[in-house]
Amino acid sequence: MVGLVVVSHSGRAAEGIVEVAAEMAGDTRIEPVGGDGQGGIGTVPDAIEAAVDAADDGDGVVVLVDLGSAVMNADVAVEMSDAEAVIADAPVLEGAVNAAVAATDPSATLDSVREQAEAARGVEKL
Amino acid sequence: MSREGRTDGGTADEATEGAAVVAAVEAVADRIEDERDHLTELDSAIGDADHGGNMARGWAAAADAARDLDDPDPQSVCRTVGKTLMAEVGGASGPLFGGSFVFASAELDDGVTAESAVAFAETYLQKVEDRGDARVGDQTVVDALTPAVHTFKKSIETDELPPLEALAKAVDAAERGVAFTVPIRAKKGRASYLGWRSVGHQDPGATSALYILEELLATAADALDSEVPDADATSPTIPDEEPDDAAGDGEGDAPPEDGD
Repeated sequence: MVGLVVVSHSGRAAEGIVEVAAEMAGDTRIEPVGGDGQGGIGTVPDAIEAAVDAADDGDGVVVLVDLGSAVMNADVAVEMSDAEAVIADAPVLEGAVNAAVAATDPSATLDSVREQAEAARGVEKL
Repeated sequence: MSREGRTDGGTADEATEGAAVVAAVEAVADRIEDERDHLTELDSAIGDADHGGNMARGWAAAADAARDLDDPDPQSVCRTVGKTLMAEVGGASGPLFGGSFVFASAELDDGVTAESAVAFAETYLQKVEDRGDARVGDQTVVDALTPAVHTFKKSIETDELPPLEALAKAVDAAERGVAFTVPIRAKKGRASYLGWRSVGHQDPGATSALYILEELLATAADALDSEVPDADATSPTIPDEEPDDAAGDGEGDAPPEDGD
């Protein structure tokens, strides 16, 4: 099934978002990744690539990202990884929840999961 | 271009080229360390004041990694430098400066020739533009790289200048590009959050790119046992030639006929 990766500048934020999304995710693999590798805020391409590889079981991976350089580093990681991976242009938490639900659909594909993640762009809260 | 056809006059094999590229990386690392405070000063005016420290740390690690390679050839050095920068620099500069090295190193399969250097430069610029979604005039590193890459390509392909002179012109072009970042408004990167207040500030990333190119030029001159040529990115003025075929006397102006 399609796997998910949640990338944040903060490793703890990534873990928290995965915790929220996992409630809806069934057996979907969701990997959190974040931080600059030295205990600080940031993102590192190698770590994201490792998370993508860990989330992939052959059906591809949708990557959720937070801001700025996280997008670029995820882009680098997707380029380096052998897995078929795409970045969703979506808010990171809402997109992760949507993607987690979509991934549990037996007919889910990489495209359908990404589309559902990106549908979170239109979520209104009030 | 075949090895026999190389125009740098050198007989450098891959190992010698590799050693020269390692020397260039070491020179860049030293230069960025020397400029660390200046870069941070530029960044503190419009960004988060970490560019000098990040780049100095990244390039020092890149120089270490390049030195540790067993059989460095230009491609392996560029790939190693890129990967190290991505891992160590942090922020957007890691993927922009480093990721583009990794990607463009694919152009160096057959070592460094005038032709592969142009391909490397074009691919590098393209990757920075795509990844950063930045164009000329956004007050970013693209403003230094674009004139440098265009001038280098034109000097090699159209003017058929020796590579060292082409590179010297490219450095002059980059310097003009850095100056161009001062009076324009930032549209990308951290500085863009400042809106109009970004006008009047020199872009730190463009400045770093200039230092890198300056050191590349100095090391290339060194490796070729030459002086750094005194170069100017401007071309001689092309005389205004009005085709004087108004009277139907177009002799000499007509395109050559492809007769058989």
